[in-house]
Amino acid sequence: MLTFTIRRLLLAIPTLLAISFIIFAILDLSPGDPTSQIPLTVPPEVREHIRTSLGLDEPFIVRYLLWLKQFFINEPLNILEEWTGYTFGDGDRLRISSWATRSPVVDLIVERLPQTLWVVGMSYVVGALIAIPIGVISAYKQYSWFDQVGTFVSMIGFSVPTFFTGLLLIVIFAVNLQWLPSIYDTTLRVTDWSSFVAQIKQMIMPTMVLALYNASQISRFMRASMLDNLNQDYVRTARAKGMKEKTVVLVHVLRNSLIPVVTVIALGVPQVFGGAIITEQIFKVNGLGQLLIIGIQGADIPLVQTLTFIFAVLIVLFNLVADILYGVLDPRIRYD
Amino acid sequence: MKDLPAGATTIPVLEVENLSTVFATQDGAVHAVNGVSFDLRPGELLGVVGESGSGKSVTMMSLLKLLPMPPARIASGSVKLGGRDILTVSDAELREVRGGKVGFVFQDPMTSLNPVFTVGYQLMEPLREHMGLSKAEARRRAAELLGLVGIPSPEKRLEDYPHQFSGGMRQRVMIAIALACDPQVLIADEPTTALDVTIQAQILDLVKELRERLGMAIVWVTHDLGVVAGIADRVMVMYGGQVVEQAGVHALFEDPRHPYTRALLETLPDMDGGRSARLRSIPGQPPVLRDVPTACPFAPRCAHAFEQCHRANPPLEPVGEGHLVSCWWDYARTGTGPEENTHA
Ligand SMILES: Nc1ncnc2c1ncn2[C@@H]1O[C@H](COP(=O)(O)OP(=O)(O)O)[C@@H](O)[C@H]1O
Ligand SMILES: [Mg+2]
Repeated sequence: MLTFTIRRLLLAIPTLLAISFIIFAILDLSPGDPTSQIPLTVPPEVREHIRTSLGLDEPFIVRYLLWLKQFFINEPLNILEEWTGYTFGDGDRLRISSWATRSPVVDLIVERLPQTLWVVGMSYVVGALIAIPIGVISAYKQYSWFDQVGTFVSMIGFSVPTFFTGLLLIVIFAVNLQWLPSIYDTTLRVTDWSSFVAQIKQMIMPTMVLALYNASQISRFMRASMLDNLNQDYVRTARAKGMKEKTVVLVHVLRNSLIPVVTVIALGVPQVFGGAIITEQIFKVNGLGQLLIIGIQGADIPLVQTLTFIFAVLIVLFNLVADILYGVLDPRIRYD
Repeated sequence: MKDLPAGATTIPVLEVENLSTVFATQDGAVHAVNGVSFDLRPGELLGVVGESGSGKSVTMMSLLKLLPMPPARIASGSVKLGGRDILTVSDAELREVRGGKVGFVFQDPMTSLNPVFTVGYQLMEPLREHMGLSKAEARRRAAELLGLVGIPSPEKRLEDYPHQFSGGMRQRVMIAIALACDPQVLIADEPTTALDVTIQAQILDLVKELRERLGMAIVWVTHDLGVVAGIADRVMVMYGGQVVEQAGVHALFEDPRHPYTRALLETLPDMDGGRSARLRSIPGQPPVLRDVPTACPFAPRCAHAFEQCHRANPPLEPVGEGHLVSCWWDYARTGTGPEENTHA
């Protein structure tokens, strides 16, 4: 397992380099220009000066290598310095900065990560936690009213877009009932009980919208996986041994059924970091999804490049995590 | 009966009476088992033979209600174990019988064990459930059982997963599980069919040896009369979900009465021949019964069938010492069978 992990991590390096090159190249070809937002009254020499100061007159390959160095060396060192308090080298490194705000892209991301993790991450956890029991019961009582209702709700859950369920919840709970705020207040700091309650309240709607979506998908997976396993011969063996029905279903069948579901859940984690673009937009959560939208709208290429590449890294990483989990959960799988 | 091993009493451990099982399918009912009755005496080995689809597995699973219900439904009958009908007991009592008093070995050892638990865990489960053993005691007993079924270095192999065992070894594990709680009855549903011939012979030897050592009664299901000849005391031949002939093993081989039994025997290779011929040479297919049969189910394939065979289903009648047959042709030929027939 260890050698497998190391081998996969080493293999990830060329993969990620290729991905980074493609992302960098595609965005570099896009027509965005940092000076395009500057008023036309600014003289051309000044524009040229701005371009030079951003390093844009360098050839493509130099800019790519510089970005690589900034991403893989400067930024990690910077984070390390902040964590440990030590200074490595002269501590004066060029960081990837946003064209629009001039602040380092990583700082922007770090600033927005907590909101995304709270809302989107929580919705993922909640979604998985409700989906697993629903999937188990639906499969065990296939075609019962519980299963029928579950099938119907999850069909709605992943076919109705989140902007619709989001707005519906806002209309019901924020506008009509006025129980919950419709806008996520990102300046809110949890310091005491009442601010904690306020934080929970403002998290409920965006979390539920996304949790419904996640739970719909995961519960379908769980149900299908349980149904596959309930018909297996080993289930009959467990019953023939005189095991309690609870043991048969929740130990023998569930343990087998969880293997593919857990890996699917792991594969979905990068989406959490990607934020939920639409939901964040509706509830005005200033998370990573919203940051990406702003970056794209403002042609802020370094921001978009970095965010996109971080998502790519997470996807590669969680693919590996899913494979490792598979090996841990299924004794038949041996990687080395 | 002379075929019984010494020490066997005649009070049955298992009495099955008029057992019928019906499946509700999309195309209508399938009457898989129709009024099967048989006894099993302590220490006896009863062979159950019949082509694939003749209702052997469904009969055996019905005994312990191991079929998925629905679609399956036990339409009639009783299964008395030590005098008590286990078809009507509570779920908790039924669980005590399963894996406790009755052990079950299934056909396919490759899929009958749970792939994600160690063999030791799966072997210890019934020990802890039925015998209330502590973890350490269950472990010791589990290792002992693996040794009993001939698995080398049992202590170590407890930690292994099913995929680390060969097919034959897995079937030995299944047998160990079935024997874990000292059952009175072991039901083995084609336990060697999925294995190759040499492994088959090893498993047969193992069961013969275990039977002598532990003395439980065994129901051995197979589609191979040749296997039955070597190990059974008594044989029950099934066709169309019913018992068509039942006799001591010598009586059956020396004086087969039912045309189906005769056909099965004819397909057996000579003692020194290969066994590839098997049952394939009886022309036709076993029926899928949409209704309770009102005629002999074998009649369409039977060379001796006459008018009555298509009109009424023959009852299972004694035709000799411990020899039961269900065949109009045989009754007419030998002057046995039900009263009305002999007078007719
Ligand atoms: N789940 C099921 N649904 C419908 N019919 C079934 C089912 N299982 C078995 N049967 C039917 O029962 C009959 C007997 O099957 P089985 O007992 O498995 O035969 P055997 O074990 O003798 O080969 C067959 O005709 C088969 O089609
Ligand atoms: Mg069968």
